[in-house]
Amino acid sequence: MSETPAIDARDLTRRFGKFTAVDRVTFEVGAGEVFGFLGANGAGKTTAIRMLTGLLAPTGGRATVAGFDVASEAEAIKRHIGYMSQRFSLYEDLTVRENIRLYGGIYDLSLREIRERTGRILGQLRLEQSADRLVRAIPLGWRQKLAFSVALLHEPQVVFLDEPTSGVDPITRRQFWELIYEAAARGTTALVTTHYLDEAEYCDRISIMVAGRIAAIGTPGELRQRFNADSIDDVFVRLARPTIQPSIPEAELPQ
Amino acid sequence: MTPHAEDAMATGAKDGGQAVAVDHLWKQFGQTVALGDVSFSIGRAEVFGFIGPDGGGKTTLFRILATLMVPDRGHARVLGHDVVTELRTLRRRIGYMPGRFSLYPDLSVDENVRFFASVFGTTLEREYSHIAPIYSQLEPFKERRASALSGGMKQKLALCCALVHRPEILFLDEPTTGVDAVSRREFWDLLGQLKASGMTIVVSTPYMDEANRCDRVALIQRGRLLTIDTPQQVANSFDRPLFAVRTSQRYRALLALREWSATHSVYPFGETLHYADARSGIAPDRIVGELEQFLASHGFADAVVEPTPPTVEDSFMARMGALDEEKVA
Repeated sequence: MSETPAIDARDLTRRFGKFTAVDRVTFEVGAGEVFGFLGANGAGKTTAIRMLTGLLAPTGGRATVAGFDVASEAEAIKRHIGYMSQRFSLYEDLTVRENIRLYGGIYDLSLREIRERTGRILGQLRLEQSADRLVRAIPLGWRQKLAFSVALLHEPQVVFLDEPTSGVDPITRRQFWELIYEAAARGTTALVTTHYLDEAEYCDRISIMVAGRIAAIGTPGELRQRFNADSIDDVFVRLARPTIQPSIPEAELPQ
Repeated sequence: MTPHAEDAMATGAKDGGQAVAVDHLWKQFGQTVALGDVSFSIGRAEVFGFIGPDGGGKTTLFRILATLMVPDRGHARVLGHDVVTELRTLRRRIGYMPGRFSLYPDLSVDENVRFFASVFGTTLEREYSHIAPIYSQLEPFKERRASALSGGMKQKLALCCALVHRPEILFLDEPTTGVDAVSRREFWDLLGQLKASGMTIVVSTPYMDEANRCDRVALIQRGRLLTIDTPQQVANSFDRPLFAVRTSQRYRALLALREWSATHSVYPFGETLHYADARSGIAPDRIVGELEQFLASHGFADAVVEPTPPTVEDSFMARMGALDEEKVA
């Protein structure tokens, strides 16, 4: 298993009518790697992630995630990945404990596993005192950290994090990144999207999508050097500006 | 590109009036203190930024300043007018862009601008010249429904709608949140042009790097202002020597440094770790040497340490550090 990349995309393509949202994208992400998946609004990130998570079939090329084919083994992929989005992750009208139990049930964990992992998560996040509070009532930063832990509840090989740190304070952001590093140190692969380009530098490697294609890929240091730039922000602006799109294709709009 | 704060403040003084004067403002929602004893003033033609995370009180403050919410205690004056008792006068003279996309998604670009113009008793044609620098970027898509615009274009349209009645001051609540980095830069360039025309701009953002586009910033956290100053002064107020640590084993090095007795704070910062020493009066060179030695002896042979200037973000974290732990209780 260790020989197979956690994510392996080969000429992955998705067309919507005449529009090509994702155009022959090829990249690999290794086990335990933290991979930043960057691009301007409308560049094709959302469509690519929907394919990699088994929610949308490719129209060309292929990809495997955690060793499963995204087109023919979509259901297996859903069981072997975690997903966390800034937009939706937890049920706000359930308590912290109830959310963990609900997701444990969805992922078919035994009651004993759910009990053990609930204790572990509450301890790690120091949420013991808040276990029976509604998620709505706990601060945003704690909710995002909890959402991350819940996304890892079934110990997936790959976790997709879609703008996980949006709107949180800088200390919480760093606590969040430490959770990512800790999971990566245990072998979990993380694919992260973010609009905070300083955060891209927290990743082992990054890719920058422009108009459906991967325009650059490498470690943050390599990309800065290649583009003779001071920061990933500068690299991004240089790549993305000429082709920035005035509107987002329907496929890229949030659901 | 960033104008000097001193210039902006001098301009404010010359005009003899503050654009915004806020005096001991309080607002509570149930048990939650959204604003706790907030006071500050903003000069004319200043770009003033409120920097802080969600839930810090930014939106409550903007709603009060835009005359949409009444404070529990304290006073706020905008352009010399009280936000509670003189709201009718004020509403014609201020522009407000709320945080969430506030336009009509089913109306076209053109229809949105015309609608907001009509609310203020004017027309797009009459106001065309002064919004043209922004509106011209949207005109190729003027028939498109607002909901089908990209994040960056939506924000430009919202800015047009907030500007169409020629306000003297703009309140922009998180105009760049969720917008990609390229569009964020373009948006700030537009704000620079508006400032040059004499507009006062009050803006909030969770992005620490945008602090440097402001003349002055207020760091806001849990309803309190942590500090108000120029971005440079805020950064410089970090009161310890700061060091950047580079190693291929960032996370393990972080854990190791946390256990070292000399460590005051250590946290990830981009590709590096930022380290502040707990001891005082020790030469930076010596700290670099000791750190490298400590790291080498703990298996980080490739570790490189160098002094690094603190940023607004370092300063923000230092100031909120003490507040951080207790919140969930």
